[in-house]
Amino acid sequence: MSELERIQKQRTERSETSHEEKEASSAKTDQLKADLDDLLDEIDIVLEENAEEFVRSYVQKGGQ
Amino acid sequence: MAVEKILGIETEYGISGGPEGDPILASSLIVTAYARFARSSIRWDFDGEHPEIDARGLRGHLQFAPVVEKTVANTVLTNGARLYVDHAHPEYSAPECRTPLEATLYDVAGEEVMLEAQTQANRSLEVDDQITLYKNNSDGKGNSYGTHENYLVSREIPFSDIVRAMLPHFVSRQLLFGSGKLGAETEAGMISGPTYQLSQRSEFFEEIVGLETTMKRPVVNTRDEPHADAERFRRLHVINGDANMSQVATFVKLGSTALLLAALEEFGPSEFPSPPQDPVRAIRLFAQDLSWVDESQSTAFCEDEEGKRQSSWAYQDALWHLAQRYIDLTGGMAVAPSSEISLLMTQWRALLDGIERDPSTVADRIDWLAKYRMIAGYKERHDLGWQSPRLAAISLQYHDIRPEKSLAKRAGLHQLLSLIDSRAAMHEPPASTRAYFRGESVKRYPNEITAANWDSLVFDLGDGPLHRVPMMDPIRGTKALTEKLFLESPTARDLLDRLNG
Repeated sequence: MSELERIQKQRTERSETSHEEKEASSAKTDQLKADLDDLLDEIDIVLEENAEEFVRSYVQKGGQ
Repeated sequence: MAVEKILGIETEYGISGGPEGDPILASSLIVTAYARFARSSIRWDFDGEHPEIDARGLRGHLQFAPVVEKTVANTVLTNGARLYVDHAHPEYSAPECRTPLEATLYDVAGEEVMLEAQTQANRSLEVDDQITLYKNNSDGKGNSYGTHENYLVSREIPFSDIVRAMLPHFVSRQLLFGSGKLGAETEAGMISGPTYQLSQRSEFFEEIVGLETTMKRPVVNTRDEPHADAERFRRLHVINGDANMSQVATFVKLGSTALLLAALEEFGPSEFPSPPQDPVRAIRLFAQDLSWVDESQSTAFCEDEEGKRQSSWAYQDALWHLAQRYIDLTGGMAVAPSSEISLLMTQWRALLDGIERDPSTVADRIDWLAKYRMIAGYKERHDLGWQSPRLAAISLQYHDIRPEKSLAKRAGLHQLLSLIDSRAAMHEPPASTRAYFRGESVKRYPNEITAANWDSLVFDLGDGPLHRVPMMDPIRGTKALTEKLFLESPTARDLLDRLNG
């Protein structure tokens, strides 16, 4: 087994969770999706209107 | 044995707007507006500032040594912080703190100070000249400015041991504490054309060890200016981190680094993971490891000096276990009391487990994930390409310090600290270090203090020679040691009489 395969296997093993944990985690994932939709609505409202000009004109002098 | 990990963060804020688009003028307006608001205008005392001294004891490396500008706007706040213009940015240098949570509080207080300063300055500016500040570290066009951490370290530890022991942490910690950004902006960063990077800062590092901070930036900075008794202490000046909007990220960044330095003082370097063979390559490579959020990408590995392949996660996991061993042995008292240590280790572990199992569960604590979630979500909703200026605008506006514009404030980030406490910390110094003595003196005797710096205060009583009060030990001058002295000293003369008597 290569080092990469071994590490990927470890990751998979560590990722295995119980049924209850999966259910709780899927409820949480749904909640996160709903939150993200609200967040994206809000970004549409507050994002600087002329994004291109905003990004282009943000030029800084280098610091430490 | 580990010395108490006195620590703090200094942040240069990004700045736009201002009369004639001049960032130095705009930065000066920010500092002077806040000084007027706080009724505090105190000169910085440059005696004892030696940014050209190299921790490796080298001389003749001065061509890139930092240049100290002595004439720019500056003030010292009643919370013990310094607010001034550094190069072309307003900088808030938080007061020295005793624990990572306290240092996080004073970093967040800095955001409140900058917000107040911006509001005050904008009152006297035309609509077209309004100033906006950003708590970030690059402009997306190849210019970077720093967020530096400082840690008190025993002088007994050879600098080469600090380098060897801390490199694994410094190259990998961005996995948990990076602030994220769209694309790349340096020649080195653009080679592989990343869509997104975990850290704002990583691609700017070109050397492993060095004195410079504005060019050819080193992963480990050697500035040897302890602002304390140089026989006993070093101040490790860490320049490789990002400015965090997430309070948890700031807390765990400070706490993990402080614990590892304390572990180094306790165990020596042999307990630490082997450093990467090429640390500069490692810090840049790990910044571009998107495998945590993109299953089509494979995890980035670097080879350590023993030839073993290390991912940023594997390094952080090993370092967490090392910190835990140090705590099992000592309780971690050099860093924080046990309740805070327990919060710190629980959060550090939760970030590591979360990023491995389901990153969406820690997007409320890891800045690069919070930002990535916004950018990826917005991209999908509006069917945009990675090059869209609207995505670049999100990447930038995440760091806008105005609550009505800040995207970080909308990201649902977990708050460790109450707004009430952060606002109080704008004015009140930490009780646990000499910053208490500095802040209280500025508050009580503003007219008699003519200059200040980290390790002394200069009083002018108008009676001839100036009086310098040295504060060479960062853990003296605490509230416990000096509160009574202040209560018994209604005037600066009383204070000096008592100190001399």
